[in-house]
Amino acid sequence: MTALLPRRGLAQILALIVILAVDRVVSPQFFDLRLQDGRLFGSMIDVLNRGTPVALLSLGMVLVIATRGIDLSVGAVMAICGAIAASLADSHGLPVVLAAALGAGLVCGLWNGFLVAVLGMQPIVATLILMVAGRGIAQLITEGRIVTFTSPDLVWLGNGAILGVPVPVAIALGMLILTGAVVRGSALGLLIEATGGNARASELAGVGTRAMILAVYVWCGVCAALAGVIAAADIMGADANNSGLWLELDAILAVVIGGTSLFGGRFSLVLAVLGALIIQTMNTGILLSGYPPEFNLLVKAVVVLAVLLLQSPKLSGFAGIMARLRRTKP
Amino acid sequence: MENGLDPAPFLLEVRGISKSFGAVRALQEVDFTLRAGEIHALLGENGAGKSTLIKVVTGVFPRDAGVVRLGGEEVEPRSAKAALQAGIATVYQEVNLLPNLSVAQNLFLDRQPMRFGIVREGEMRRRAKALLTEFGLDIDVAAPLGNYSVAIQHVTAIARAVDLSARVLILDEPTASLDRHEVEILFGIMRQLAKRGIGIVFVSHFLDQVYEISDRITVLRNGRLVGEREIASLPRLELIRMMLGRELAETTSARAAASEPRAREVCASFENYGKAGYVAPFNLELRHGEVVGLAGLLGSGRTETARLVFGAERADGGQAKVEGASVRLQSPRDGVRHGFGYCPEERKTDGIVAELTVRENIVLALQAKRGLHRPLSRREQDELASRYIKMLDIRPPDPERPVGLLSGGNQQKVLLARWLATSPRLLVLDEPTRGIDVGAHAEIIRLIRELCDDGLALLVISSELDEIVTYSDRVVVLRDRAHVEELAGEAIDVTNILAAIAADGAAMQEARA
Repeated sequence: MTALLPRRGLAQILALIVILAVDRVVSPQFFDLRLQDGRLFGSMIDVLNRGTPVALLSLGMVLVIATRGIDLSVGAVMAICGAIAASLADSHGLPVVLAAALGAGLVCGLWNGFLVAVLGMQPIVATLILMVAGRGIAQLITEGRIVTFTSPDLVWLGNGAILGVPVPVAIALGMLILTGAVVRGSALGLLIEATGGNARASELAGVGTRAMILAVYVWCGVCAALAGVIAAADIMGADANNSGLWLELDAILAVVIGGTSLFGGRFSLVLAVLGALIIQTMNTGILLSGYPPEFNLLVKAVVVLAVLLLQSPKLSGFAGIMARLRRTKP
Repeated sequence: MENGLDPAPFLLEVRGISKSFGAVRALQEVDFTLRAGEIHALLGENGAGKSTLIKVVTGVFPRDAGVVRLGGEEVEPRSAKAALQAGIATVYQEVNLLPNLSVAQNLFLDRQPMRFGIVREGEMRRRAKALLTEFGLDIDVAAPLGNYSVAIQHVTAIARAVDLSARVLILDEPTASLDRHEVEILFGIMRQLAKRGIGIVFVSHFLDQVYEISDRITVLRNGRLVGEREIASLPRLELIRMMLGRELAETTSARAAASEPRAREVCASFENYGKAGYVAPFNLELRHGEVVGLAGLLGSGRTETARLVFGAERADGGQAKVEGASVRLQSPRDGVRHGFGYCPEERKTDGIVAELTVRENIVLALQAKRGLHRPLSRREQDELASRYIKMLDIRPPDPERPVGLLSGGNQQKVLLARWLATSPRLLVLDEPTRGIDVGAHAEIIRLIRELCDDGLALLVISSELDEIVTYSDRVVVLRDRAHVEELAGEAIDVTNILAAIAADGAAMQEARA
């Protein structure tokens, strides 16, 4: 599956290695792993575990961005679905809880997709609606409290382990494989890239561009729902005010770091998840370093700036001129 | 008009202008002259080089060769602003003013009357009012420009240009979105300005208007100067011939003469098919193994017909049949499902997906037709790509190259390949040879014939009349968004097509007014 990890992934892998190396310097025990109660522990595992929500969000976000859209509502959708899961956890079995939460995410995605694909609203405005309203809906569900639960099944989703691997990490990995299989195993990947690259031309070639756009928002909603359930399971409760707060921005950042252009077209699932890991590795590194967490935001800002500079048309124009000078034939 | 024949010095003199974009030669040694007080029409079909000429003269594009003299002195503006300062103002079809600012602010943008660093709103409005009164406009200059009609926006743009002491005023398609009454107002202003000694370049494809207002005409075709004539001595037929015909050689249909009149099966037929305000209802029969050409001037309804036939636009009346069975064509997907293919005129915006590879662009329509759950394997894709790269001689023969990096002719071939891969029964080609070099041009025409011999039905639009004559079995002529004539067999030649296009345009104009 070369399409999953194209050559252009080199920059991201290098970036991850550099940040890991810095983390190792800051915290000498960074790569230490130990097995306790059938679950692996260590900073690396922490990175994976903490990175799961953003990684899941980025799986949906990368498809949305590939169609030249954006979904600002994923953080709010996390809050809604986390609230639903937490409210139902102690009275219903896990299948019901999951079905309700994921179903809610699907409905949220349908709503966004309807606004963008059918009504033709600009994605940033369309999803802003649910971004604002969604947190209110979540607060209505929790009735303004932090809803806690003790259901061992749901707690296991956030804190358990499968063969030593934390369950959230296993879920994220599973979702990556599932999404990859669906997108690249069917024609969806090509048709999404065509839609994002040139919607008019794709439409004229017979591509159902509306269906494509609807589908990616739905998938984005489902991914956000899963992230919301895991976030709730992790803290054994749902906090409608803070669950998933600002994570939509991390997810967008992960996608952009993963090299998918905000102008749509080519995308890479693996690199988007790698982008999420890069972000989390930075976060964890800063926490371990003992610097105040405020630095986290500054460092992130610098990384965003660097990535956007690399993608800016002016700079790439410059790079293009250099490349042309080096080449003999245009 | 009165000094039309004087050897008066030219106000604007353009000599030997050339301009290339990459391999495409947009202008080749074009001359253009404009006298003071003259209204000079600049004509040509799409891609003839009108816009490029204007942009080169006004410094939007740098020129490759040639000189521009304004009032006898050589000028070389580096930007539209510099051209404006030199005295050459351009008003584009889409008025480039700011609709959210007031009329007065638009008129005095960048040069507002100031006192102590503060804009003197009252003074500005008073002057704006006075300026517009000269143009016969009495409107509230404090209201946002966007509140007014396109006609008033045009007049505002012209007033601003003239007030900036323009000596040459270039109006690019100013009447395209105006109604008859507004056109009269605009023409009144143009005449008044010409009387003041301003030279006006008028770009339009409405021939009636050109005859009504212009003193002289310059015609461009394919980036070359075809001729410059006094309007009084130029019959309409001759003008259309200058705009469309490559030369006056009387090409006749090679196909009509060669092929025996055998009964061909009808592939698709359209009865009373049309859409209000788009194309008048038409009847059209497309048969297997036959090329139908669509001829007409720009804006005559050719592309509109093509889009209706393919399903890119929904008809609001009439009946479509494919192989005898009634069908509904509501979307391009419907067209594709019924075995239609459409290569649009605007390759870049409507055709290729530039970022994707040649292979992906070729398989796109076939994949869309098969649906999501039946993906073409990578091997099938590679086979399709290499087959069509070889068959159509796409260069460079690299299936993994982003299609945006290919030349126009090769992009066109990729689009053809995209549709051929779907094994279509009908192909609609809108200007398949536009903007591509001579070699590829001949190849595309050869391909059209071969496809037709393979039993495909083809509907081809082209502005190149001798091209249409060469490959068409029948030619449908359009005028003013209606099908007006159908020529077949021996009757297909450039003269007949020109006559059909030119026929009683003036009478029709009167009927409409």
